[in-house]
Amino acid sequence: MADVSQAPLQTADGRPLKAALAKAQARAKRRAFLLVLPLLAFVLLTFVLPILQMLQRSFYHDGFSANAPATVAWLEEHPQGSEIDETAYAALVSDLAAMQKAKTAGAAGTRINYTYPGTISIFKEAAREAAKLQPPYKAALVALDKKWEDPLLWVTFRHAASPWTTDFYMVSMDLRRSTDDGLQRAEPEMRIHLQLFVKTFGLSALITGLCLLLAFPIAHLLAILPMRKSNLLMILVLLPFWTSLLVRTSSWIALGQESGIVNDILVGIGIVADDNRIQMMYNKYGTILVMTHVLLPFMVLPLYSVMRVIPPSYARAARSLGATSWTTFRRIYLPQTLPGIAAGSLLVFILAVGYYITPALVGGADGTLISNLISFHMAKANWSQAAALAAMLLVLVLILYWLYDRLIGIDRLKLG
Amino acid sequence: MKKLLILTTALSTFAFAAQADVTVMSWGGAYGAAQTEGHLKPFTAETGIGTVMVDSDNPATPIKAMVEAGNVTVDVASVEYADAIRLCDEGVLETIDMAALPPGDDGTPAAEDFIAGAVTDCGVSTDVWATVFAYDTTKFPEGPKTAADFFDLAKFPGKRGLHKGAKAVLEFALMADGVAPADVYTVLGTPEGVDRAFAKLDTIKKDVVWWEAGSQAPQLLADGEVAMTSAYNGRIFNAAIAEGKPFQIVWDAQIYENEMYVVPKGAPNKDQAMQFIAYATSTKGLRQQAQHISYGPSRHSSLKEPLIFQDGKTEMGPHMPTAPANMANALGSDFQFWVDHDAELNDRFNAWLAAN
Repeated sequence: MADVSQAPLQTADGRPLKAALAKAQARAKRRAFLLVLPLLAFVLLTFVLPILQMLQRSFYHDGFSANAPATVAWLEEHPQGSEIDETAYAALVSDLAAMQKAKTAGAAGTRINYTYPGTISIFKEAAREAAKLQPPYKAALVALDKKWEDPLLWVTFRHAASPWTTDFYMVSMDLRRSTDDGLQRAEPEMRIHLQLFVKTFGLSALITGLCLLLAFPIAHLLAILPMRKSNLLMILVLLPFWTSLLVRTSSWIALGQESGIVNDILVGIGIVADDNRIQMMYNKYGTILVMTHVLLPFMVLPLYSVMRVIPPSYARAARSLGATSWTTFRRIYLPQTLPGIAAGSLLVFILAVGYYITPALVGGADGTLISNLISFHMAKANWSQAAALAAMLLVLVLILYWLYDRLIGIDRLKLG
Repeated sequence: MKKLLILTTALSTFAFAAQADVTVMSWGGAYGAAQTEGHLKPFTAETGIGTVMVDSDNPATPIKAMVEAGNVTVDVASVEYADAIRLCDEGVLETIDMAALPPGDDGTPAAEDFIAGAVTDCGVSTDVWATVFAYDTTKFPEGPKTAADFFDLAKFPGKRGLHKGAKAVLEFALMADGVAPADVYTVLGTPEGVDRAFAKLDTIKKDVVWWEAGSQAPQLLADGEVAMTSAYNGRIFNAAIAEGKPFQIVWDAQIYENEMYVVPKGAPNKDQAMQFIAYATSTKGLRQQAQHISYGPSRHSSLKEPLIFQDGKTEMGPHMPTAPANMANALGSDFQFWVDHDAELNDRFNAWLAAN
């Protein structure tokens, strides 16, 4: 007996059982891996790589550094605080002359313009004249435009001298560079990003709350009705879900605008005066209204899937033991629906934070969100700025996700 | 068999469309239609080179992205003047040889035939268009006459439509505030001037519906969502003349500029694209477009004979931004100003919009 237990087990053809098993398992694993490989490659190519590329863009802009090599070299030799002397201006003028030949003054000026607005023109002007300029170059450049001797311009150069920069995050946080290379808040009339982030998260939370309030009774009704009736109702929930987002948003405009159907009816039955119609489109109420409707199915479906499997006997047992209907709901039913609430809320909130088309169409001035500003920077081809804002949005959502995991637990999530 | 036939026919037309030689990207709506009718179709008919029209909210954006990504699918794009200058400076566009443009029908060399500034290093003007404001005549029988009236909510109650963007809106606000067109850009170049423009906009901010695509403006007016709106003059013309809408344009404080055909660098069919531009901006090509939308042709020779709208009776002349009667208090958009200040003023504009 003892001999047998000490000798390694062997297969019929004499190999050790352990090795044979490992080999067979490895083969199965390889096969399983090959099966998921296409999906993995797809996710990598279409999801992970673009996100990494976006993150890289938010830190990278070589518009100035690639086109002004002499100035960059001068800045590297002279540390922060050195006097901007004639050699610096000579380097700059030689760069400007080269830019004129290569047609890159616009690209370099654009990069500087992002962090020191109103400077793109002096680049183009100076590049046109660069070949004709005579030393002393400082005086010659300043004669073209006074901005060339502004110390802040040279601080900006220093930060643009490396293609790797955090300048775009600085702008995203409504900060500006000061003359002594410190940071200061942007002028009050230029601050926009922080308030827009706050608004985006605030409105998304509100929309999530409204969705939950509306979806809870619907999902409950769906869950307790007999299958035939609940299927019919389910179609009513799914029908808008299957309709194009653009169509739904446009329909809401037709319904809700000042001369729309809802206002016409309200005026018709005398609730609202004709010259005092309700403004529910082209402002933040439009955004809230339409986004709540559009995102409602994402709350109903997870709630429904959780509620359907809650045995009604628990509630009956609580009632038979003397609990009031409120207590039964609060202590028995609600806790069991928590995974559905959590999943629905997370889904709706994350979708809402990144929503773009609906606020763009019905949000007017005060109902637009951070995604609309990202799209604005995309439209202006300021991709680094758009990427920096998008990256901040991503990080904020990840922080929320982490908090959510700590507070509720991601393993309790139930999507259906 | 029949099914197979239909399928192959569909497939072959698709293949033809995909192989079309010149892809033109423009602004859609009435304007895109005018270019399709006036430039694309006759060009194909004359040369046999296929053409395809694609739409965009502003073609300057996608073509820059295409060039930077190294995947250019557009041969010709229709962009605003300031964008044509900016993109050219940034090296995104092919240069265009003025000498390759045909002389006018009356024999005038191209260099003299085009209006001043209409041909730049990288672009050729197709027309002069304007941002104007328009109102619904059924709402105001005694309509607004000046830009100041646009901001007068007491005299002309109702919502206002404005383009969501700093360009043309700030100039318009200053002119409504009494700045003469000649001084607008001097004033707007100072911080006080910018404050003044935003202060003027503040007076109607609560009552503004902001539009983004050119076709939205006449739509808002037609829906009764706004009592008056800024708009591209051709869009209002088409709604009023072709669709019979009761819209009236107010030409006071109009802001006009050239629209340019450009060729993105690396366009797949560059030679055909240049051929297309030469055709489209010839005396005839410009006239053909101007018969479909009320934007002024940019060649003197195109205006020698009166232009008649496609309905066969409306004379286009008085509806063009360049008609003398419409130029009384007009501002030529300063491209240099916008190349310089676009980023700064739009950032300020966005912050102003988002602030409650």
